[in-house]
Amino acid sequence: MAEKTQAKAAGAEIDAAGARDLYRRMRLIRTFEDTVQSQFQKGNVHGTTHLYSGQEASGVGVCSMLRDGDKVAGTYRGHGHSIALGVDPQKLMDEMLGRETGACGGRAGSMNVVDVEADLIGCFGIVGGSIGAATGAALAEKLRRTGNVAVAFFGDGTSNQAYFHESLNWAQIEKLPVIFVCENNLYMEFTPIENVTAGAIGSRPQAMGIHYRQVDGNDVFAVREAAGEAIEHARSGAGPAFLETMTYRFVGHSRSDPGKYRKPGELDEWKKRDPLVLGRKALEERYGLDPERLDQIDAEVAKQLEEIVERGLAAPFPDPANVGGEFK
Amino acid sequence: MPEDNETIEYRVAIREAIGDEMDRDESVVFFGEDVAIAGGVFAVTPGLHERFGERVIDTPISELAMSAGAFGAAVNGLRPIFEIMFADFLLLSMDSLVNQAAKYWYVSNEQAPCPLVVRSAMGAGGNFGAMHSQSPIPWLQGVPGLKVVAPATAGDAYALLRQSIRDENPVAFLEHKRLYSVKDPVSEVETLPLGEAAVVREGADVTLVSISKGVRDCLRAADELAEKGVGAEVVDLRSLRPLDTETVLASVAKTNRVVMVEEGPLVGGWAANLLGIVAAEGLHDLDDAWVIACPETPIPYTPTLEDAFLPDEGRIVHEVETRLGLRAEIATGA
Repeated sequence: MAEKTQAKAAGAEIDAAGARDLYRRMRLIRTFEDTVQSQFQKGNVHGTTHLYSGQEASGVGVCSMLRDGDKVAGTYRGHGHSIALGVDPQKLMDEMLGRETGACGGRAGSMNVVDVEADLIGCFGIVGGSIGAATGAALAEKLRRTGNVAVAFFGDGTSNQAYFHESLNWAQIEKLPVIFVCENNLYMEFTPIENVTAGAIGSRPQAMGIHYRQVDGNDVFAVREAAGEAIEHARSGAGPAFLETMTYRFVGHSRSDPGKYRKPGELDEWKKRDPLVLGRKALEERYGLDPERLDQIDAEVAKQLEEIVERGLAAPFPDPANVGGEFK
Repeated sequence: MPEDNETIEYRVAIREAIGDEMDRDESVVFFGEDVAIAGGVFAVTPGLHERFGERVIDTPISELAMSAGAFGAAVNGLRPIFEIMFADFLLLSMDSLVNQAAKYWYVSNEQAPCPLVVRSAMGAGGNFGAMHSQSPIPWLQGVPGLKVVAPATAGDAYALLRQSIRDENPVAFLEHKRLYSVKDPVSEVETLPLGEAAVVREGADVTLVSISKGVRDCLRAADELAEKGVGAEVVDLRSLRPLDTETVLASVAKTNRVVMVEEGPLVGGWAANLLGIVAAEGLHDLDDAWVIACPETPIPYTPTLEDAFLPDEGRIVHEVETRLGLRAEIATGA
């Protein structure tokens, strides 16, 4: 069972147990994604998938700084955002497998997961959707005076979308408690982001006077520190904050993409900076954790996923007789 | 709240409905371009910002952010109403409306509703040209999960808007520009259900079906037809999704003839679609059935072209007379 968000805004400082949880959560996402891939190849996951492998530190770092009541909007690459926030991986896997027991009963699939209980507004299948949704959620939080914030995850390619420009502007005008997290993995789908983007992405929020920071998106501790600052800014009523997490996806854009557009050697260079490699290193160096203890976490997570898949494959598909109605 | 049987302008009915629902439920908020301090370009919403403060918000010209903002707020505890100034601009807000709001309740496996209202001014007849005169109904009606409501009278506007705001689903509430200044009595009915058509005039010979301003054209045509001895029944659909086919079929069973009057193109329009449903379910009752719609072109600007483009009571009367064989009698002097 996944616990909800880990840190409850206790500041970016974290003890060894907390640090281990961060690592476990990142490992859970990686193994989940590997499992989705293998289940796809076996014909048990349908349609398409967009995996988060390589970007785990961004989602986990940000979500670990949220508190209950804060809302998150993810993207079509949203398995990682969901797990980082605390969505039950069993419900998520069952959704991938199209089962009645899935987070959305098999109606949503990989790209459109919603989990209201986990404060996941939704994952949005269309680029930019998360930004607008989180901005609206933040408007509600402001008018209801809850003190909660909303987070929008999105990719670098989204910075050229109408949602981005319109929502950033409106959020800043209304001083909405929203954190825009741009996960810059250097490619919009198959195209290098610099080929299609005028100027730096970060110059755009800065031109609107929005609090901005760029951070190493593969270092979960660095992300936590920067996210903590961004969240505090938004929660204080000072308006939105923008965090650009520099990262890299280790897999294709979607299931059918072999990634031929990558520069030679680029993937290998980034793999040296794998969030899990960096995480292990930090845990060993800063917290004195035994590598064997970390291997043990990896093994526990692998077993957890095996059991999740076993249960998922045994779960029933939804009955076509219960296709449902269009309105509440 | 208007007095019972008070005669008020359509635009005032809308303002009163918003104000009364904002009084009733503090989760109702309202935003749009120029709607707060300026009171709206069609003068629909003056005074609401003064009454409700931060719950009535002027937005930038950002139709997509507005519709997504309404979506995000609606799934997070508010009941937003937002105004898209001209319905032609709805196209800019469609991703959130169609892909987020309309699908949320169903795709989330019914975890949470998405109660929002988008109000928009539609329709031709004001010489606003091709990009400020369209009816968005064909773009919206084919979206499961999105209700589409278009009142023809001030009274219906008041009661249907109050119900739209209370509805748990996203609702497109379409206000015809040519109706803002019409005055009608408003009854003490606070709300009307969405998805129920009304027989607004009874008749035995032919059924005229329309929505919004078209209903008023049909009523005037029915007056003229009555003088010529033709009893026209007029059905006001009031909502196009849900679509009350039952009321139309019941009327057709009585009159055996049906005319659908649409301000929009024939191909891909609501009228041809409804005619198909009537044919499939009520063919045994039909002696004649057709659609009066607009030419398959963008809407022209100049008055002579725009007037000719739009269906009006004269055309409805002429076509009914022709199809019923009355014009042949006139021509032959029979």
